[in-house]
Amino acid sequence: MDRAILSGNEAIARGAYEAGVKVASAYPGTPSTEILENVINYKEIDASWAPNEKVALEVAIGASFGGARALACMKHVGVNVAADPLFTLSYTGVRGGLVLVVADDPEMHSSQNEQDSRNYAKFAKIPMLEPADSEECKEFTRLAFELSEEFDTPVMLRSVTRISHGKSIVTLGKRVDNLPAPALVKDAAKLVMLPGNARVRHPKVEERIVNLSLWGGTAAINRSEIRSADLGVICSGVVYQYVREILPEASILKLGMVHPLPHDLIRDFASKVKTLLVIEELDPFIEEQVKAMGLSVTGKALFSLCGELSPGRIRNALEQGGLLAKVTSAPLTVEKLPPRPPNMCPGCPHRGVFYLLNRLNAYVTGDIGCYTLGFLPPLNAMDTCVCMGASISNASGIVRSLPREEQKRVVAVIGDSTFLHTGVNSLMEMAWNQAPATVLILDNRITAMTGRQENPASGFTLNGEVAPEVNIADLCRAIGIKHVVTVDPYDLVATRAVLEAEMQRPEPSVIITDRPCCLMKGECRFEKGKILAVDQNKCTGCKACLRIGCPAIEWQPASDGKKGKAYIDPLLCTGCTVCQQLCKFDAIN
Amino acid sequence: MNDKVTNILLVGVGGQGTLLASEILSETFMLAGFDVKKSEIHGMSQRGGSVVSHVRFGREVASPTVPEGEGDVLFGFELLEAYRYLPLLHAGAKVVVNDYRIPPPSVLLGQEVYPDDLAERIRRRFPDFLLVDGLHLASEAGNPKAANTVLLGAVSKRLEIAEEHWLAALHKMVPAKALEVNIRAFQMGRVL
Ligand SMILES: Cc1ncc(C[n+]2csc(CCOP(=O)(O)OP(=O)(O)O)c2C)c(N)n1
Repeated sequence: MDRAILSGNEAIARGAYEAGVKVASAYPGTPSTEILENVINYKEIDASWAPNEKVALEVAIGASFGGARALACMKHVGVNVAADPLFTLSYTGVRGGLVLVVADDPEMHSSQNEQDSRNYAKFAKIPMLEPADSEECKEFTRLAFELSEEFDTPVMLRSVTRISHGKSIVTLGKRVDNLPAPALVKDAAKLVMLPGNARVRHPKVEERIVNLSLWGGTAAINRSEIRSADLGVICSGVVYQYVREILPEASILKLGMVHPLPHDLIRDFASKVKTLLVIEELDPFIEEQVKAMGLSVTGKALFSLCGELSPGRIRNALEQGGLLAKVTSAPLTVEKLPPRPPNMCPGCPHRGVFYLLNRLNAYVTGDIGCYTLGFLPPLNAMDTCVCMGASISNASGIVRSLPREEQKRVVAVIGDSTFLHTGVNSLMEMAWNQAPATVLILDNRITAMTGRQENPASGFTLNGEVAPEVNIADLCRAIGIKHVVTVDPYDLVATRAVLEAEMQRPEPSVIITDRPCCLMKGECRFEKGKILAVDQNKCTGCKACLRIGCPAIEWQPASDGKKGKAYIDPLLCTGCTVCQQLCKFDAIN
Repeated sequence: MNDKVTNILLVGVGGQGTLLASEILSETFMLAGFDVKKSEIHGMSQRGGSVVSHVRFGREVASPTVPEGEGDVLFGFELLEAYRYLPLLHAGAKVVVNDYRIPPPSVLLGQEVYPDDLAERIRRRFPDFLLVDGLHLASEAGNPKAANTVLLGAVSKRLEIAEEHWLAALHKMVPAKALEVNIRAFQMGRVL
């Protein structure tokens, strides 16, 4: 049989293919994005991006109601957006199997919070599987579709960054080909959730979770590995791998299904070991339930509620708790080094805009995307960032709390993908209630932060086919914004003039910046300009060009006590000219 | 085959190509018949931030990340980042680093200095240290963009894997038009 090294995300895509999935929908979000980007390798699946996660899940629900197997994928915070359909989907159940993949990000490698999605499974009363490597990603995805149909329930598959972006060897299988053909079927009692029908469905939901728990007691994915009788560990997902690494002798109850829990299996396991531990990342999700069963167990007393676990962190916690002999020698340390946070790319069209917002002393309600990096020094031009779409509604709220002079400083900054995700709702509110703030839509024609995915205004679908483009300016006008101006963000003078004028305006207005992301290749999207260099004779060392924080511009101190000078790395410069416009001495050409 | 798992860390700056290099390593180890796991972070840090990829191989590998302090080989694409991740290694680890500096933001702005003695500091702690002029050697091989492959060649000499598996992985992962230069770059690395 064929074997391949796949990431967790690639393996989930493969599992969806093998499970006979017909329709897949998602909104990008690290670490889940590559699932759909790999699903498009399988032509049998109709895969597409949705403008947001709620829509993605609803597309999948529609396909399931049509009788097809359907997949929806998102990052953990995406489930917040999709929570409304999810909770009622729990009541309707499915026709074709439906799996919602959610990728959590413990440690917040690329996220604004580290909420634990397992709570959603419990809250919505649906099963959740958690794979521990890529092979399980594929197998559990297949199994999730079978469970979904057998128990008439959506199934959540939970990954974490270390699983989604980890790679391991997978054995490839065949696609199932014996699924019933999708067709329209009227079944209002099941699919029309009004009080009368929902009251009938709710008891079925409760019954279902009990049955699933019983199923979990005998299912192969919940596996009791009895080794030492001294110590037993209950764990799941990637943590299982860390535990195998650090406690090779311990007995392990490896849970492949983290909700609902298999109570009898847990009791049986507990009876076979002297000390019982639960090792889990983030919330004491399993621990609390095991405690509620009346069992004596240790968990968060030893392990942090915050961040991800790692072999080393588990080892340290066990050593401190006296459960592991101290063997580790003092770790090597290195002195404090200059940090290296992420930065906007050279030529990023967002950079000049943040420079101006800083100069204009704007109070920037921010949003989520590459442009969030505008909060970093030396730009220092973002003051809030909560969740996707919040920039505009936060601005609308904040101006209501302020005197007129302060209101003028408020500028909401949002990217094109984020605007179409949920910002558009917020703009409706702002227009409707005439909140006097300025909205800056940074249209770089792509969803850059997550790795350049198409969006409804970029002109292409997930598969790269040409698609109708949302005209963002027309959309804003249609919503009721009277003042909509488009500017070139590389032109600092013009952009500054428009910003100043619109910030003065005592009513809502929208400025759209129009420049493609500098990482977009081909299709006449981004083009480099003339590569610039600093004329060392003209440079006075005033450091004005350094204020934009471009990675291509480096301060070179002089060795002889004289003033240093700026230097532009020709390999990095894209010729955007923003630094050139800041040089008063005509030294950049 | 013994049960020992070999732990490799690839460190550098987002966008430098650590991901592709870790793919080639993993492919090689699979072709050589080992179990392989790797872990890395995509997303935010790819925007010029500090990045680390973990690759592990052996008869059977559990954790996809290298347990802290157990790294056997450090494959550094940039000096400052190589230095930053030394605590992930054990005392006898092998260190191969590209002689290349990318100034981080605070250095670009003139607020901090890029330490100029990093190579000596690494050598003092890890005697099995190789500093490679990747850019120069890759230019000699025909393309400065193949610097990572020169380093890969140097790393390959420090791992007990037959050359044929490395070459097979390169053939599979490198685009045809760049293959010749990369094979040359790889061979230059192997004699270092
Ligand atoms: C609810 C939710 N879904 C997805 C994400 C992941 N995410 C972060 S930024 C972003 C989109 C950024 O695109 P855009 O607004 O166009 O800005 P750009 O990065 O292109 O500047 C996404 C999808 C998230 N943080 N929250």
